[in-house]
Amino acid sequence: MNCTKCPTSTKAVISLPRHNAAFCKDCFTTFVHEQVARAIKSFKMFTPADRILVAVSGGKDSLALWHILLNLGYRADALYVNLGIGSYSEESHRKVQHYAETVAAAHSATLLVHVVEQEAGAGIRELANILHRPTCSTCGTIKRYQFNRAAVEQNYDVMATGHNLDDEAARLLGNVLHWQEEYLDKQSPTLPASVEGFAKKVKPLCRLSEREIAAYAVVNRIDYIVEECPMAKGSKMLLYKEVLNRLETESPGTKQRFYWGFLDKQNKPDAPTESMAEKDQRTLAPCLSCGQPTTADTCSYCKMMAKAKSVPAR
Amino acid sequence: MIVQLSHPQRQVEIKGPKRTKELLRELNLVIEAHLVIRGDDLVTEDEMLADADQIEIRPVISGGSLG
Ligand SMILES: Nc1ncnc2c1ncn2[C@@H]1O[C@H](COP(=O)(O)O)[C@@H](O)[C@H]1O
Ligand code: Q46
Repeated sequence: MNCTKCPTSTKAVISLPRHNAAFCKDCFTTFVHEQVARAIKSFKMFTPADRILVAVSGGKDSLALWHILLNLGYRADALYVNLGIGSYSEESHRKVQHYAETVAAAHSATLLVHVVEQEAGAGIRELANILHRPTCSTCGTIKRYQFNRAAVEQNYDVMATGHNLDDEAARLLGNVLHWQEEYLDKQSPTLPASVEGFAKKVKPLCRLSEREIAAYAVVNRIDYIVEECPMAKGSKMLLYKEVLNRLETESPGTKQRFYWGFLDKQNKPDAPTESMAEKDQRTLAPCLSCGQPTTADTCSYCKMMAKAKSVPAR
Repeated sequence: MIVQLSHPQRQVEIKGPKRTKELLRELNLVIEAHLVIRGDDLVTEDEMLADADQIEIRPVISGGSLG
């Protein structure tokens, strides 16, 4: 398979059925940068003058995000929250530190670190035990709090996370399955600093799938932690993602249509709603041939029968 | 060929030559959730993999909270 964009038609490293394209290393990197630039622009995330704080976990998404923003010329520092989850936290901390020293430093970007154990006296799992709450919900509260607090206290203009298209589509599926309408508003890729003390929050990777971001990390030699947080095993999120990926494999573009379609609808000002009865009364009239309601002069049944009868039987 | 898999970390031996697409199918893995890496380089689904190749199949889906 060759790159569909290069005039020299170099060997492709990835094919993207949802875009009807295949890219070589350089064209793929350009494609990813363009997708992020489009998200930043269309959701009015930030400008080159803004100071950005990227929440970096050591995983592919957030390290790739930091890398992309630095390469696009943005002023982006990072925050790592050490959750105290044994070897997983140690290893991810090392990956973030390593990226900060070997790549980010050359862009004059710095890394902030918050260690949960230092402030709370215990790691996330012990805290969850003490509080009788699920580990992941304890973890979520602490992370959201620390991200916001660091951004506000250190005067960053905006806080960015590495949430991708798969994350957002899976979350949307979960919210729709349980009709959690109150959460839908929070799924926008840009959340404003609505009140004093809240940082503006953005998700610049919302146009890219998880696989595309992992491919970007591999192609650009970003050393990230492949291992998962041990607490993620068996999570609902994984189940939703699996289901969506089966659909995606059968019909490429499903995830994108699902999430972007939702954003489109959300962006439109509420149209005056017409009831189904009102709409039917406006558009339907009796069929000239049989009298049943139809949108055309002759209904599709009568047209079908007329055609069938006009063809001589074999 | 030796194929490196993750979650959990393990290696399997698969007979080559074989297309990437078929290798994934044989291991019952969806393309959308995996990358196939030969040496240090990413390969596409139609690439032919030889017996002597060092292959890694890397999962790209991470779990986490719905919060
Ligand atoms: N321990 C962490 N430290 C800093 N940022 C994190 C951490 N965990 C998650 N994040 C951020 O939150 C986003 C979503 O994470 P996740 O919920 O693990 O998919 C990541 O892309 C990061 O931007
Ligand atoms: S994104 Fe996740 S880090 Fe925290 S404890 Fe681990 S799974 Fe759960 S929420």
